Amino acid sequence: MQIFILLFILAAMTVISFYLGRQRALTVAGGNVAALNSLPGYYGYYMALWCGIPALFILMFWLFFESAIVAGIVVTSLPDAFTTLPEQQLNLVLNEIVNLAKENISAGQVSSEITAAAQLYNQIQTVSSGLLFALVVTLGAGGAAFAWNRIHVQQRARNKVERTVLIFLMICSTIAIFTTLGIVLSVLFEAMRFFQMVPLTDFLLGLEWSPQTAIRSDQIGSSGAFGAVPLFAGTLLVSVIAMTVAAPLGLMTAIYLSEYASPAIRARSKPLLEILAGIPTVVYGFFAALTVAPLVRGWGESLGLSVSSESALAAGVVMGIMIIPFVSSLSDDAINAVPQSLRDGAYALGATQSETIKKVIIPAALPGIAGGVLLAVSRAIGETMIVVMAAGLAANLTANPLESVTTVTVQIVTLLVGDQEFDSPKTLAAFALGLVLFAVTLTLNVIALYIVRKYREQYE
Amino acid sequence: MSTVLEKPLNFSSERRRGERRKHARAAASSATVPREDRQTVGAAVVENPRIRCTDINVHYGSKHAVKNVTLDIGQHEVMAMIGPSGCGKSTFLRCLNRMNDTIDNCRITGDIWLDGLNVNDRAIDVVPLRAKVGMVFQKPNPFPKSIYENIAFGPRIHGLARNKTDLDEIVVNSLQNAGLWQEVKDQLDQLGTSLSGGQQQRLCIARAIAVNPEVILMDEPCSALDPIATAVIENLMSELCAEYSIVIVTHSMQQAARVSHRTAYFHLGDLIEVGTTESVFMNPLHQLTEDYITGRFG
Repeated sequence: MQIFILLFILAAMTVISFYLGRQRALTVAGGNVAALNSLPGYYGYYMALWCGIPALFILMFWLFFESAIVAGIVVTSLPDAFTTLPEQQLNLVLNEIVNLAKENISAGQVSSEITAAAQLYNQIQTVSSGLLFALVVTLGAGGAAFAWNRIHVQQRARNKVERTVLIFLMICSTIAIFTTLGIVLSVLFEAMRFFQMVPLTDFLLGLEWSPQTAIRSDQIGSSGAFGAVPLFAGTLLVSVIAMTVAAPLGLMTAIYLSEYASPAIRARSKPLLEILAGIPTVVYGFFAALTVAPLVRGWGESLGLSVSSESALAAGVVMGIMIIPFVSSLSDDAINAVPQSLRDGAYALGATQSETIKKVIIPAALPGIAGGVLLAVSRAIGETMIVVMAAGLAANLTANPLESVTTVTVQIVTLLVGDQEFDSPKTLAAFALGLVLFAVTLTLNVIALYIVRKYREQYE
Repeated sequence: MSTVLEKPLNFSSERRRGERRKHARAAASSATVPREDRQTVGAAVVENPRIRCTDINVHYGSKHAVKNVTLDIGQHEVMAMIGPSGCGKSTFLRCLNRMNDTIDNCRITGDIWLDGLNVNDRAIDVVPLRAKVGMVFQKPNPFPKSIYENIAFGPRIHGLARNKTDLDEIVVNSLQNAGLWQEVKDQLDQLGTSLSGGQQQRLCIARAIAVNPEVILMDEPCSALDPIATAVIENLMSELCAEYSIVIVTHSMQQAARVSHRTAYFHLGDLIEVGTTESVFMNPLHQLTEDYITGRFG
């Protein structure tokens, strides 16, 4: 709570600095705005930045290290009996102290040493926040004073402010990049730990997937087999079914909407299609599991086929429906990017509308359409919820769409649901699967974007 | 043959241009039709025309883009249409092969007769019409296919070739007639879009020729080209008019004077004056025409 008060005070100081800086600029210019290097507002921003940024940095720095330093001081004050404890137990004691200090537990249940330590903890905390408060306010005021002194007619406040904004924008953009990098690296390192336990070739080429490892050596049937081929095959099967549904339907939709549909129909049906894209995948999932799967089984049985109640077909078809808007909107973009002059050229030669579409527009838009389809494939491979609910969990190595299969994403979910030990191959297998998934979708996306970009350059 | 000049005019030398101004001033002192009068003057009608347009009106929604235009296109002549931007000349040109069909809320009335066929009759099939009346656009628009496929597109959709040999022959002839054969004969499988702008435009002309049209419409065919490529296309036009009637919309009066036999001047949707290119440029009958060609307007 104190932090919020501090932040509020700092914000108020910053705002005041802005007005003071602007006023100062006007004063040094003698009221003649044209004499200033920059507009008065920039001097205001300049002073506000000097007030806010150093103080904010110190605040963040302080908060980041405060708990560690305070804990260190508290630990050293403890009797030797505690400091010689192993690290994990020491952490438990420390937790107890912090909880006691924050009055989360009552003092009656703990020893006197811990009560004393909690008091010390509270004292240090009070001193620390007082120090922080003083430091931040001083820095803010000091920064503002420094900037105030530096404001003069020749000063290039605009350049400095804009440079600061530029740096701020750069930091924002790198946050996303570094987060992605962090995810990739963590997946990579955990996967490497997995591959120390299970050889890479066993994982990529093994035909049996049974990740339950034995907790006790006398357990039966929990040997743990990490051959991921059934998962890859299942993913491929579901994705192929999905694309068989989505690619033609999406493409035909795009052709109709962009070439044939009247503006009125187009204006109504495009938003409707986009609603399809807005349905949460979990809703598609139970639609697949509770409506489509029984339907598929009913039809199959009436034809005398044996159909699993959780089939690749049901999951694939529903997933295909889900990615129709994806394919159709990307294809629509590609078709609309074909210049009108090409259509005119074909019409002027006496081509009919369908000839123009088949022989000129689709070939010209094909790279863009292919890029869109590839993006849709990577979406299908990464899709989780529908297959979790409708495709089943059994790692069958089969090409029969009527049987239940499982996919990479489903297995990642099942491996990580429930209680985990973080050094068993069962848990780490999820990272290996994630790495494969990431590599495949990244490759597909790179290819797709390359194709789309190459195609865009052709007309612009 | 309609009234055709022996040789298109040549205004290349300064001296001639000076003379023309003198002529124009002389004409102005004589009685020209006043600016307010929007009746077509000159010879809009010729004997035995290729295309005869009567009372063409075009509306885009509430905009009256072409007003009561009556105009003949003669056989084997190059007809130039000039006039300031937005005067309806391109719109009129696009009526001749029904390209305005692709524009919503465009309404065309009047008759356009071509070989006993009323082009503007909604009931006719535009596919054979557009094979008869080819079109070349302002910006070269080759298909993103090979040079060969660009030319073969038209004959294929109209079924003009019985076999591959026929098709090859059509492609070669079209490229030869468009003056492009020597430059591309070794690279027929390259993309049409990889050619230079002038070559692309000649490819588009070859593509139009390939379906054996009677009339070729050209909508500012040289405005995206450099002067050398323009000169090549202009020479080509004077060769092509031996076989085809050519209607060209142009913003360049010099170009109209160089390539055309007859010239039509459009002004805000009205056809103001039609006549032989010589008479329109040397001795304009209408004050608006004179204003335009002497550069006082537009």
